[in-house]
Amino acid sequence: MPQPLNYLKETASQTAGPYVHIGLIPAMAGFDIFEKNFSNVLVTPNTAGERITLEGKVLDGTGTPLRDVLLEIWQANASGRYNHPADRSAGALEPEFRGWGRAGSDFDSGLVTFETIKPGAITDKAGRKCAPHINVWVVARGINIGLNTRLYFSDEEAANAADPVLNLIEQPTRRSTLIAKRSERAGKVVYSFTINLQGPEETVFFDV
Amino acid sequence: MNVQAPALRDPRLNRPEPFTPPLGDGGFFQRDRSIHPPAHAPGYKSSVLRSPRQALLSLENSVSEITGPVFGHNDLGPLDNDLIRNYAKDGDPVGERIIVHGRVLDETGRGVPNTLVEFWQANAGGRYRHKKDTYLAPIDPNFGGCGRALTDETGYYYFRTVKPGPYPWRNYVNSWRPAHIHFSVFGSGFAQRLITQMYFEGDPLIPVCPILTTIPDKDALDRLVAPLDLNASTPFDSLAYRFDIVLRGQRSTYFENRTEGN
Ligand SMILES: [Fe+2]
Repeated sequence: MPQPLNYLKETASQTAGPYVHIGLIPAMAGFDIFEKNFSNVLVTPNTAGERITLEGKVLDGTGTPLRDVLLEIWQANASGRYNHPADRSAGALEPEFRGWGRAGSDFDSGLVTFETIKPGAITDKAGRKCAPHINVWVVARGINIGLNTRLYFSDEEAANAADPVLNLIEQPTRRSTLIAKRSERAGKVVYSFTINLQGPEETVFFDV
Repeated sequence: MNVQAPALRDPRLNRPEPFTPPLGDGGFFQRDRSIHPPAHAPGYKSSVLRSPRQALLSLENSVSEITGPVFGHNDLGPLDNDLIRNYAKDGDPVGERIIVHGRVLDETGRGVPNTLVEFWQANAGGRYRHKKDTYLAPIDPNFGGCGRALTDETGYYYFRTVKPGPYPWRNYVNSWRPAHIHFSVFGSGFAQRLITQMYFEGDPLIPVCPILTTIPDKDALDRLVAPLDLNASTPFDSLAYRFDIVLRGQRSTYFENRTEGN
């Protein structure tokens, strides 16, 4: 018998359930309990970068929006720098910009929104430029383990075409499932997205 | 699961031998999907239309995955880890008073320091304080049902609450959830993000729960069951349960001369 390695096993995931709001967004469950709450607004008046609204839905296998889904996003700032010690890239750090937010879908429409800034391009360890993107994590009743995906930006065609992750996707048609579409509404920049859990336009999910 | 003794269960399940390789800054260890529930688990009916059917695209971790949000004590309030007091209006909530405590570890056995742990649960009668919960058991006016804590430098966390009750739900006509507490944990990188549920030693609903039994691995299921920890109880006040949570480990970078990337 060789020596034992003694690694631990990761704790198994379980669904967030229909009442995930109680713990993560209590105001949506219908009550006020914490002094400080997390939200879907990532920006303060001082945040550098282009203000954007991310707006989208998560659809089930019948095309029906999930109305009890919770999304979290994690992103770099406008300089392409994550607010985390493991990001040692050269971009300017903004202590006030955490780069993370969470949102529950509207109980009627299923719409999910975030107020944030468009992140800058990221440089990976090999020195390659990666297209600007936002990392997304999806949990809900019926989702047994959180789903990881990304949102890229429709007006970054050249950067998207060169992006090493988008280029891992074999079918060009599937790459488009990760592209949020830019529009302007009442002077605000809106990026719209749809996350399809199943079907011919199933979103690309990552095993990260 | 049917252990009657008050002692902690087999310590090999959750407690590591000391093993501390250099602190990692590479990608996370490959996730062992065989110990997690599959996305499509027909016995849990809600998963049928909400499960991706394409293969997940494997992504070698980049800076986007090894980084994640950082939280601090400024994000929390003083009563956030005391569910007996954080929503009390005119007295304590009804139910068995318990302390839940444990460590957040990574797969190498190292404690995960300063990480945010969030938890939520039904009240002692199995009713959630949520506008979509219509179970006939009453709301407890003194119980909110949620809290959060930041682990200390060793990965340790604790909170106080009342033991949640089981509750019925629509899967089969007569499906009941075992008593459980939902947990959300961050870790240091977004790829460690985890939501799970803690169950209580000896609960006869555990082996018949359609959600719990989505887990294909018996040991992985057992690791979600918190043992009664009499040594941590407060005499004449609260029982205690211990629940350790293991997040993915991170590879160390031993030599810089290899190529990284996707
Ligand atoms: Fe629950």
